[in-house]
Amino acid sequence: MADHAFGGIRIRHLYKIFGPDAQAHIEAVRNGLTKAELNERHGHVLGLRDINIEMPSGSIQVIMGLSGSGKSTLIRHINRLIDPTAGEVLVDGVDVVKMAEAELREFRRHQTAMVFQKFALLPHRTVLDNTVFGLELQGVPRARCVDTAMRWIERVGLKGFEQKYPNQLSGGMQQRVGLARALANDAPVLLMDEAYSALDPLIRTDMQTVLLDLQKEIRKTIVFITHDLDEALRLGDNIAILRDGEVIQQGTSQDIVLRPADDYVANFVKEVNRGRVVHVEAVMSPLTTADAAGGPTVAAGITIEEAVRSLAAAPEGDITVVDPAGKPLGTVTFRQLAGAMVNAHDGGRRAAA
Amino acid sequence: MDWFYKFPNMNDGALRDLKKLIDDGFRAFTRAYGDAIEGLFTPLQHFLLAADRFMTQTPWPIILLLILAVAWFASRSLKIVASCLVTLMLIGYFDMWTDTMRTVAMIFVCTVISIAIGLPIGILMARSDRVQRAINPILDVMQTMPSFVYLIPVVMLLGIGRVPGLIAVVIYAIPPMIRLTDLGIRLVDKDVLEAADAFGADRRQKLFKVQLPLALPTIMAGINQTIMMALAMVVIASMIGVQGLGQPVLKAIANQYFTLGVFNGLAIVGIAIMFDRVSQAYGKRLQKHREIIHG
Repeated sequence: MADHAFGGIRIRHLYKIFGPDAQAHIEAVRNGLTKAELNERHGHVLGLRDINIEMPSGSIQVIMGLSGSGKSTLIRHINRLIDPTAGEVLVDGVDVVKMAEAELREFRRHQTAMVFQKFALLPHRTVLDNTVFGLELQGVPRARCVDTAMRWIERVGLKGFEQKYPNQLSGGMQQRVGLARALANDAPVLLMDEAYSALDPLIRTDMQTVLLDLQKEIRKTIVFITHDLDEALRLGDNIAILRDGEVIQQGTSQDIVLRPADDYVANFVKEVNRGRVVHVEAVMSPLTTADAAGGPTVAAGITIEEAVRSLAAAPEGDITVVDPAGKPLGTVTFRQLAGAMVNAHDGGRRAAA
Repeated sequence: MDWFYKFPNMNDGALRDLKKLIDDGFRAFTRAYGDAIEGLFTPLQHFLLAADRFMTQTPWPIILLLILAVAWFASRSLKIVASCLVTLMLIGYFDMWTDTMRTVAMIFVCTVISIAIGLPIGILMARSDRVQRAINPILDVMQTMPSFVYLIPVVMLLGIGRVPGLIAVVIYAIPPMIRLTDLGIRLVDKDVLEAADAFGADRRQKLFKVQLPLALPTIMAGINQTIMMALAMVVIASMIGVQGLGQPVLKAIANQYFTLGVFNGLAIVGIAIMFDRVSQAYGKRLQKHREIIHG
C-alpha cells in the first residue's frame, strides 16, 4: 500500500436486527419502530439503527457507550465478524458487506487487525508465536514473521518475554501481546474492542500512552471502543456516543464536553476533568484593540490544565493566546481558566474556531 | 382378556421366518463378499503382525528401555518411570513377558486405529450439529451393545483370528475418542476463535492452529479412555483368537486355575495403570500453559 493513500472508513445507514427473520422488520424499523416495540411485537432485538460515521484515515475514532449500547456490535461490522441487516461499510472505498468469503478473508488478513477485551491470545503459544499469528495466516515465511514480530514486541515493551506463555504474564502485558499481534500485521485499520477495559486504571493509562505514542509514527485508522469517557476524551480525535444502538452525538472531545447534545451526554460529561479536555481558545475572550502584546502567551490548542501549569509562575494579568505562527487570537485570565475547570455546565461560552 | 395378561407378540412362524431371512441374507452376503472384505483388512493384519513381531522378538532389555524412554518423555516424572520399571520386572519375573508384549502390541495397534478413525469423526461432529445428532446414537449402541453380539457377525465375516478381535476391540474402545474430540473442539474458547476469524484464518488454519491444539488436553483424555477400554476387552477378544494375556485368563476360567487367573489379571491391571499414569501425565503437561495464573 505504499503508493496508495488509505481512504478511511465510512459507515452508511447501517442497521442490525438480531433475530431469525431480521430482514422482514427492517422497513418497519426504518419507518420509526422503536427498539422496545420491535422486541415486544416481533421478538427481535434492534442492535444498531441508522449508523452513519466517517472515520478519516490516520485518526483515532472512539465509539463510546455503556454496555448494551451496541458498540461491540458496531466494531464487528467493520471486519464483518457480524453481518449487518442493511447498510454499507466502506473501508478504503470497498464495501465490506458485499465481499465474498475468500475476499473477506484476504481483507481481514491485510486490511484490518483487531485487539480484544479479553486478549484472546493463544494459550499454547509463546509471546513470539502469538505475535506472528497474523503473519503466519498470511503465509509470510517464518524468518520474516519473526523479524517483524520481534520489532513489535520490543516496541510494546515486551523485549525479553518472547518465550513466555500468556498465562505467565499480567493482564497489562498480555494486552501488549495483543497489541503487538495486531500491529505486526501492518494493516491500515486497527480495531480495538474495549481493549483496555479489563486492565487496572494505572495500567490502562499506561497503555493509552503506548497507543498515543505509537499512533504518532504509525498513523493508522484506529477504531477504539470504550465505556470510559475519560479514555474516550484522551484518545479520540473523534468520538461517537452510542445509546441503544443509535449515535446520539459525534464530534471532537471539545464538542462533546462543551456542547453535549442532550441530557444523557451532559450527564456523562458532568464528572469529567474539564481542565484536561477543554482547550484554551474555548474560554478566551476575543481580542480587543486595547490588548497589547508583551504579556505571557500560551499556544492555542493546549488544554486549560496545561495552560495553568505553564503560567503558574507568570505575572498576573491578561494572557494572550497565540496561534502556531505567533498571531494573537484572544486573551484569557486566570479567573477564566479556573472557572472553566470547575464549571459543571457552562453553555454560554463557545469556541472561537 | 388374553391380550391383557400376555403381550400380544408377533406370530411365531412370522418371527422365525424374519430371523431366518436376515440370517440367510447375511450368510449369503458373507459367502459373496467375505473374501473381498477379508482382503480389505489385510493391511491391518500386516500392521498387527509387524507390531506383534516387534514386541515379542526384540530382546526384552531393549523393549524395556524403549517403554521406559517413552514413559519418561511423556511424563518427565522419575516416579512414574520407576513404577513402570518395577511393574515390567515383576511381569517378566513371573513369566508373562511374551503374553504381555502381545497384549501391548495389540493395544498399541487398536489405539492407533481408534485415533486414525476417531479423530476425523470427532472433528466432523464438532463442526456440524447434524452430524453430531446422527453419530451420537451409533456411539451409544457401540458402547452398550454386549460385545459378544457384534462378535457374531465379525466372526462370520472374517473367521477366528487377530483381525476380528481387533475390530471388536476398536468398536468398543473408539467412542470415548470420538466423543472427547467433539467435546474438546466445541469447548474451545469462543473469544480465541473470533480472534482467529478476525485475523483471516480459513477453516484449515482454524482447525490446525487453534481448535486442535486447544482441544488437545481433552483429546488426550479421550485417548486415555480408549486405551483403558481396549484393555478391558483383552479377555473377550482372546475368545476369538487374539493372543496375549487374555488367553491364560480364559484357560484359567475353563480349568479353574485360580493362581494363573490372578497372575495374568494382575498383569493386565499393571499395564493398565502404567498406560493410564503415563498418558495422564502427558495430558497434564499439555495443560501447563493453559491454567490462568493472572486474572
